[in-house]
Amino acid sequence: MCETCGCTVTRTGVEDTVTVEVLGRLLQANDRVAAHNRDHFNGHRVVAFNLMSSPGSGKTALLEATIDALKADFRIAVIEGDLETDNDAKRIRAHGVPAVQVTTGSACHLDAQMVHDALHELPLSQLDIVFIENVGNLVCPASFDLGQHRNIVLLSTTEGDDKPAKYPVIFRGADLVLLTKMDLVPLLDDFEALRAEKAVRDLANAAPVIPLSARKAINLEAWETWLRDEVASIRFSQNPTSKPHETHHHGHHQHPAVA
Amino acid sequence: MHELAICQALIAQIEDIAGQRAARVRQVYLGIGPLAGVEPQLLADAYPLVCAGTVAEGSQLEIEETDIRVSCRVCGAETMATPNRLVCGTCGDWHTDLLAGDELLLLRIELETREDVAEVAHV
Repeated sequence: MCETCGCTVTRTGVEDTVTVEVLGRLLQANDRVAAHNRDHFNGHRVVAFNLMSSPGSGKTALLEATIDALKADFRIAVIEGDLETDNDAKRIRAHGVPAVQVTTGSACHLDAQMVHDALHELPLSQLDIVFIENVGNLVCPASFDLGQHRNIVLLSTTEGDDKPAKYPVIFRGADLVLLTKMDLVPLLDDFEALRAEKAVRDLANAAPVIPLSARKAINLEAWETWLRDEVASIRFSQNPTSKPHETHHHGHHQHPAVA
Repeated sequence: MHELAICQALIAQIEDIAGQRAARVRQVYLGIGPLAGVEPQLLADAYPLVCAGTVAEGSQLEIEETDIRVSCRVCGAETMATPNRLVCGTCGDWHTDLLAGDELLLLRIELETREDVAEVAHV
């Protein structure tokens, strides 16, 4: 056993070849930073939600409505992942909460390091909830842990109720599925909330599926109730005696290679 | 196209391991499940580009694609499943646990090395 990385070195029949058994997660570097982010959140008793969806399915509109409904009770901040603009961050700031823009350029997802950098721009000790609005994309964000406590996946009615079957990886990992733009259902002839829910169950996912409309304020109470319940239960699990570390050094971690 | 980012993470890991042995990389084996959210072909396409100029330049990438298996909480059966139907193959219930199929693993690496270097690696 190699002491440095925990791997095993075995010799093959070829004289000058060794085979190194690794069995490590390909994204272990990202996972480490994600765990670090989670420590930051927990140390400050902040609850982090990762919002993922297609582009244009209403993440920012939902956040705007949610901030207005909850800002009297919770101190909220938003990390905005956006390819090129800071339009979404401006919309969020207009509701009186801090928003950090992460312009990803050509990157199609947020990774843990981008979120970590953004966290340093937020006053974590003065916050209760951080919403991470991921890049609009149902594929790439699914593979990257950011250190969030819960994954929320939005599915807008105009996208069709079979989206969970088409993008099983992201919907399988959802802790909550929101069916957005339900006010448009009367105009559509092919969206049924029950079919969308069935597609989520076919992924062996028991997550609640909540239909709503942010713009028309339909069923937002169910979503807000879920949020309040999750915040309460996550904060209960966060050890109130654990000290947040205000400063930290990078590159000080020693991790085994085997995940 | 997050496969490029994943490929870069892979090369960083390979460099860590190979660098300790001052060796060249001959072959890299990955295990990827259908629920990993990664397209093996895109990863294979990105691999030689990301390898260029690293210790892994010229190495071969071998991807072992795994099957999806689920275990049923209701009837206890262990069955095969498909990415968007992770229900029990025996009783059809959706209350299942994933046994395999979401792996995204660096399994092993074949290194070209000198005898003395290999011994040093065998701490």
